[in-house]
Amino acid sequence: MNAPETEIVQFDNVGLRYGTDREVLSNVSFTLFSGRFYFLTGASGAGKTSLLKLLYLAQRPSRGAIRMFGSDVITLPRERLPAYRRRMGVVFQDFRLVEHMSTFENVALPLRVAGVREADLDGPVRDMLDWVGLSHRADARPATLSGGEQQRVAIARAVIGRPDMLVADEPTGNVDPEMALKLLRLFEALNRLGTTVVVATHDVHLLRKVPESLIMRLDKGTLADPTGALRYPPRRVAAGPTDR
Amino acid sequence: MPWVIAIMVALTVVAAGGGLALDNLADRARGDLAGGVTVQIVEADPADRSEQTRAAAEILGGDGAVAKMRIVPQSEVAALVEPWLGGGAEMEAVPLPALIDLTLTGDADPATLGRLRDRLAEAAPDARLDAQSDWLAPVLSAVSALRWMAWGLIALLAATSAAAVWLAARNALGANRDTIEIVHLLGGNDDQIACIFQRSILLDAAAGGALGLLAGGAAVLVLGAQFALLDSGLVQGGGLGSGDWIILGSIPLFALVIAVYTARMTVLASLKKML
Repeated sequence: MNAPETEIVQFDNVGLRYGTDREVLSNVSFTLFSGRFYFLTGASGAGKTSLLKLLYLAQRPSRGAIRMFGSDVITLPRERLPAYRRRMGVVFQDFRLVEHMSTFENVALPLRVAGVREADLDGPVRDMLDWVGLSHRADARPATLSGGEQQRVAIARAVIGRPDMLVADEPTGNVDPEMALKLLRLFEALNRLGTTVVVATHDVHLLRKVPESLIMRLDKGTLADPTGALRYPPRRVAAGPTDR
Repeated sequence: MPWVIAIMVALTVVAAGGGLALDNLADRARGDLAGGVTVQIVEADPADRSEQTRAAAEILGGDGAVAKMRIVPQSEVAALVEPWLGGGAEMEAVPLPALIDLTLTGDADPATLGRLRDRLAEAAPDARLDAQSDWLAPVLSAVSALRWMAWGLIALLAATSAAAVWLAARNALGANRDTIEIVHLLGGNDDQIACIFQRSILLDAAAGGALGLLAGGAAVLVLGAQFALLDSGLVQGGGLGSGDWIILGSIPLFALVIAVYTARMTVLASLKKML
């Protein structure tokens, strides 16, 4: 018998507006379970990035309730939020690497933030760079890396702390199809280790490359449920033809 | 940033050096003059003047309120007035008063002076007693005003230093906003991010403080040497002691504390605006 799945994220009737503009997200409700692979899809401007910002605690919603890892993060004191952020890895759409740091230092950053001793950094960081195939670029600055290399540094930085959840915003948006598939395999490998993965993408072809994935679709700020992913428990998307 | 702190520290060291020197000068002058009394025997007839002087010295020498008494030699009195009246044979025709320098056991208060005047009234009717502190009261008052001005200047410089650090920290924040946001989103807490800035400001403030102390200390030494050349007892009373130099040496440490605290508060206030 399978062990019961743990709910790690619950959005209940969440709305988000910036200033006095209309809501960019309206009545968004869903649950994410630990160890699952989710795709968040929708057209440009549908609200994917706004939803991810709520997920990685960069933004508070205008209304509704959000529970993460068992806590109500809306009412949680600000000082306690960093501990929750450390349980997540984030791959930003624009990578957001620190320009004045080397590849090694960028990847080591989450460990330093988590208080890992300098003497204990080298091994895990080298292993991670090896995993994303960037050992030979450890001393390079982000400006000297290609788009694909920067993407892999961003992914290495997001996963080095072995997060409970990985959130990636359009991680394949700036790379060629071959690299996109390679990155997707990295996410799947991480997912197999138990990390919940949420990948936002507008590339519908990508969705079929991970048959075990669950799909959430945003349309003009409202969450659609085309695959039943948002039901409790969510229904798995039917596996289509893939090029795996 | 280090240059701003260096200039601020140098100015503060000079202002504090001046303030401490004025403090010393006022304290020493007050201490020297508190029990000082000058007795003038203003009598034109040399024989009578000499007789009154002798009688006054006898009375004062036996008075319990007098700790020390010295009859100022006539040659010394002549030397005192020489810059105004000239010297030589003509001076002998000018009747100079006889002077007796007294140091009292306590302060030269009006009650003690009145009692001494009464005792001298019969034996030396031409004797005039003046407390030395009365002569210098306006000077000491001016010194006191200058001293307060120096401390006010130090307070203003401290406030200006804090404002300069605040602006520098804000600029640094603006320039590093991306890095701050990334560290913030990776789970860095406010304290960790503030520490990054504190360390950077601490290094700047330490370099600037050391430079400012060197420049300000050199200026105070040069000014002190210049004033010492004046060979005036009053001015020499304003020299700096080892305790004063320790205070001047600690100014960069205060600047360091102000800089680090201001930077921390600025960064924390900015971070509070983030979720």
